[in-house]
Amino acid sequence: MKRVLLGIWEFVAGDDWVAAVGVVVALGITALIAAAGAAAWWVMPVAAIGLLALSVRRAAR
Amino acid sequence: MSGADIGLILSVFLACAVEAVEALTVVLAVGITRSWRWSLFGAAAATLVLAVLVAALGPALTSLPINVLRLVVGGLLLAFGLQWLRKAVLRASGLKALHDEQQAFEQEAAAARAAGGTAPDAFDGYAFTIAFKGVLLEGLEVVFIALTFGANQHRVGLAAIAAGAAVAAVVLAGVAVRAPLARVPENTMKFSVGVMLTSFGCFWGAEGAGASWPGGDAALLVIVPCVILASVGMVRWMRATTGRRRLASEPA
Repeated sequence: MKRVLLGIWEFVAGDDWVAAVGVVVALGITALIAAAGAAAWWVMPVAAIGLLALSVRRAAR
Repeated sequence: MSGADIGLILSVFLACAVEAVEALTVVLAVGITRSWRWSLFGAAAATLVLAVLVAALGPALTSLPINVLRLVVGGLLLAFGLQWLRKAVLRASGLKALHDEQQAFEQEAAAARAAGGTAPDAFDGYAFTIAFKGVLLEGLEVVFIALTFGANQHRVGLAAIAAGAAVAAVVLAGVAVRAPLARVPENTMKFSVGVMLTSFGCFWGAEGAGASWPGGDAALLVIVPCVILASVGMVRWMRATTGRRRLASEPA
């Protein structure tokens, strides 16, 4: 069971777990802002581009 | 046919074609150097496992409430898209070697030859296992992309047709040239798939989390170019940064 879960995690997160965690955090922030009644559509694109830059930077080091 | 349908077809077709080219290289290498029969059996067995996965997971996914489905699928597609895009940006900026299908074929063939032979009519476990693993591992990603895109738009059939067409095109090309498809612009295709997965992941993830896009589906026409621009900008940024680093490390 542990190996299966580890396999799924590796399949989803790939080489950079920070990006995968960042996606979950961004979705959470979007949900919070949307629940407060404010425009939340901008969070995901900004997060995606920011996470990509961070991920590329980390890989290039 | 809507813009989202076209996005679905493009994403699934390109992702499937790229992975099929890589799987074909493995099957060809093992088939040519060891046993066509067991290499093809391995590939067929993996295809069967993938088909069972689609049949089992497809209905389960489509039965989820739409917002939960979009949240989960959007998040997973975005996580996947960022992986594809990161590798594509690193390759395009020269920080990671470009994927070379001919080189991959030669390495696979050398490993197959080194593994030792079997009697002509005997079961070739090496050929079977390597072809099975190659097709299964490359196929898993495709199954995931096709299922998530298809389920989210309730167009699993359309996604399956796009995936099938890509596999058929690659197999036909492989049979025609009887060599790895080294001329396929794999790196450009991977870049395109990364852009599509990231864009659709953003779109569906935000909708699933409760956000509304200005302009509805038409927002994708803005998101996709933005992701392309940001990715190309990152390639230039990385090239400039690594170029400066190289200059700084060179003796004056």
